Amino acid sequence: MEKRASTLSRYIYTVIVLFVIWLFFVSTLKLQEVLAGLAFSLIIAAFTYPVFTKAGLQNLHPKRVAYAIAYVPYFLWAMIMANLDVAYRVLHPKRPIRPGIVRCRTILKSDTGKLGLANSITLTPGTITLDVRGDDYFIHWIWVQDDVLNAEDEEASIKAASRYITQPFEKFLKVIFG
Amino acid sequence: MIEVLSWIGQALILIGTFFYFLSTLGLIRMPDVYNRMQTSTKSATLGSLGVIIGVGLWAVGKGYSVSWISMTIIIAAFILLTNPISAHVLIKAAYEKGIPLWHGSVVDKYREFLEREEKERDAETQAASQAGTQGENDAGEVRT
Repeated sequence: MEKRASTLSRYIYTVIVLFVIWLFFVSTLKLQEVLAGLAFSLIIAAFTYPVFTKAGLQNLHPKRVAYAIAYVPYFLWAMIMANLDVAYRVLHPKRPIRPGIVRCRTILKSDTGKLGLANSITLTPGTITLDVRGDDYFIHWIWVQDDVLNAEDEEASIKAASRYITQPFEKFLKVIFG
Repeated sequence: MIEVLSWIGQALILIGTFFYFLSTLGLIRMPDVYNRMQTSTKSATLGSLGVIIGVGLWAVGKGYSVSWISMTIIIAAFILLTNPISAHVLIKAAYEKGIPLWHGSVVDKYREFLEREEKERDAETQAASQAGTQGENDAGEVRT
């Protein structure tokens, strides 16, 4: 369990996130709308900050935000590529699938980071996270690669599967979520 | 110039619809519940993403307010955040219900892991119960 940031920092972070979402929804800078949104953000954040965040303002560190923004196109690209791959498997007359449940290991430490990784894996076609136990992910994979299948022992297979599934996302997520 | 946006929007909707079609086809063609989840939940995400963003761009291209695009982006972001959780819960529920994997599946590390865990837990409870009976016997001896 990671350390919690101070109450004030978590509260302010919640207000900022709610307010930004509000601005996107109304997409205007009229004083009336902005003030109403700010007031409601302040009220709602008072109730919701305990469940909303643990790290607080630390999440808005410029480096983290920059990586989060860079992660969006990177992730979308990976998702489109994987979508085309699954599309090929669906359309191919012989239906070339070789499904199985593999085990991966992550280097991420925080709970939020693990959640982000699990969600990214699930959103990428061809892989669904079945369960997370500690640092280990159990993933249903539509095409288990050769070197995962023919690995000599458990550790080698975990390493090979992690190289295919978790590592592409980890280099971003470990900066974004710590 | 702004017409281009509506063309891009229409193209995105077309692509999204195509992925909807693919996921439906996958739903029919795949052999078991797990592989069906693979095609249905995933293609639905990209399909929805394409259609939603496409609607926003199309509306802006037709001269509606810019708020269309920012709202559709927020909706798309919420879909991206929530869709994988439902997919995860569905597949977990299917697995815990005991629905078997397709016979062509090559590996199931999760079953191996669960069995090993089960064995360890059995060994523990056995040791604990042995210790417990031992304790009772001791207590009984003391009483007599």
